[in-house]
Amino acid sequence: MLDPILLWSGLVNGLLQGAIYALVALGLTLIYGVLHIINFAHGSLLMLAMYGVFLLFSQFGIDPYAALPIMVVGMFVLGYGLQRGLISRASHGRDENILLVTLGISIVIENLALFFFQGDTRTIDVPYAFDSLEVFGVFIAIPRLIAFAAALLIAGLLWLMIQRSDVGRAIRAVAKEKQGARLVGINVEHIYAVSYGVGIACLGAAACLLMPTYLVYPTVGHAFVLIAFTVVVLGGMGSFPGALLGGLLIGLCESFGGLFLGESFGQIGIFLVFIVVLLFRPSGLLGSRV
Amino acid sequence: MRTLAAIAVFGFAMAVLPAFGPTDFMLSFLTLMLLFAYLGQGWNILGGYGGQFSFGNTVFFGAGLYVTVITQVQFGLGPWAGLAAALLAGAAVAFAIGWLSFRYGLRGSYFALITLAFAEVFRIVANSIAITGAGAGLQVPLDPSPANLQFVGREGFYWIILALTVGSLLLAWQLERSRFGVYLIAIRDDEDAARALGVDIFRTKLRAIVLVGAMTALGGAFYGQMFLYVDPHIAFGVSVSVEVLLVSIVGGMGTVFGPLLGAAALHTLSEVARETMGDTPGLNLALYGALLVVMVMFLPKGLFGLASFSARRLLKGWRS
Repeated sequence: MLDPILLWSGLVNGLLQGAIYALVALGLTLIYGVLHIINFAHGSLLMLAMYGVFLLFSQFGIDPYAALPIMVVGMFVLGYGLQRGLISRASHGRDENILLVTLGISIVIENLALFFFQGDTRTIDVPYAFDSLEVFGVFIAIPRLIAFAAALLIAGLLWLMIQRSDVGRAIRAVAKEKQGARLVGINVEHIYAVSYGVGIACLGAAACLLMPTYLVYPTVGHAFVLIAFTVVVLGGMGSFPGALLGGLLIGLCESFGGLFLGESFGQIGIFLVFIVVLLFRPSGLLGSRV
Repeated sequence: MRTLAAIAVFGFAMAVLPAFGPTDFMLSFLTLMLLFAYLGQGWNILGGYGGQFSFGNTVFFGAGLYVTVITQVQFGLGPWAGLAAALLAGAAVAFAIGWLSFRYGLRGSYFALITLAFAEVFRIVANSIAITGAGAGLQVPLDPSPANLQFVGREGFYWIILALTVGSLLLAWQLERSRFGVYLIAIRDDEDAARALGVDIFRTKLRAIVLVGAMTALGGAFYGQMFLYVDPHIAFGVSVSVEVLLVSIVGGMGTVFGPLLGAAALHTLSEVARETMGDTPGLNLALYGALLVVMVMFLPKGLFGLASFSARRLLKGWRS
């Protein structure tokens, strides 16, 4: 029988990790829900954002949490530009082309990172990296707790924006009925790019929250991208609450998988969940359509 | 008929090439180029003709590669048994993945994602169990003789891979003229219409992926014989998956010569890049990625489309 403290720590770790997955997946699910495309470049854009945080810290001494507004705005602009200037132009209105273009973008970003930074892993040294809090016998690193809270907060803000603001209304209109939205005077191309930009901005925020406890290397995106896809598929493509729930579930799945099966086989659990959900319930837990 | 003649001319010209004393470097270059033309044709059959974009063809390549090496290293059998086992393994893996994905009607992005996920599962498994040599990989002892399928000179594998490539060209040519090929193209162009006309979608896709799995695994097996080494990254990393789709798209999807043209263009490009910019990691692939975006953006029909388009225009101009 397993020690209850182990189970408790597995639960805590899983939830903390899951919140980060949820944040990464939120951007992906927004992009999917509005543009109906699968953004293959998601992982490499996260990696890019993490290098951004690293450079801001190492070159200008900007604390990762202070860098959050800079990264969010910067990544939004990058995402907006990518969608408007490259992805929409190259797609010729076909989904397969978008798949290939975002794959191409991810290959370029990843290999340029490899070229500029080599394969080395890099970390930033913040004084509070090892501060921790004891909760019922389990030590929780403060940066991870902040990441957890911030991820939930950002998810809430995003939801408010989509539900309450004018831009949010336009985004929902475009997601539901592109032609109709165009007819009532919404600039669909602009809304597409805004949605892509917001999705990528989530990665900027995620990178700031991750960097105090993570390390960055050119292929770090791989670790996140398939997990993010899994979360999105599990929660239901395009569903915000689904992404949140899916993220937490996958975090738990990884944490308990690692606990019972060992580190490397624990990873397989995630992909098995992914494959099983794709096969049997491609609409996801909270999704309505495929 | 013209296609057949072109294949014959190409095969003959390439077969006699070693008689003109090319350097070792050139033979290796051509062998790898031909191998990717062959593997690319595998992607092209399912993706180009059938419209099912796989992002994880390396799963078949890696299965073939591992099975040949494992039969020799762990079971002490010869490479010929290894080749046969690889062929079967590739077909079996493809059958399993195809059955699952197509049975549940995954298409488009979903199919791409699931192939990617399978490749990742295989990579993690290969990295964690003993029979594959885990992360350190396996090495086949060097012992050149035809019985061991190892050769002293570079011509041996050059001719073998050339034969595979010519075979794959013939296969694509035959596919275009067969009922099976027409079914595949019909599924690509409009799956629902094809079903309404009585095409058995599931069976056609499954046959295609099994064919692709077997031929890609065979390519992987010969790759293993050439380099006598395998590790999880070579076998199940993303690079083969990306390169096989790239050569087809750059050359021209759904055409007989597309993958060959694409492989020639890409390998030449990457060689030129290496010459001019030095052997820096990453730059090569970054160039590939940029090329993928540019091709989809400006030349969705690939180089082959460009070539036949300008040939037609030239002809038109000449006639008028």
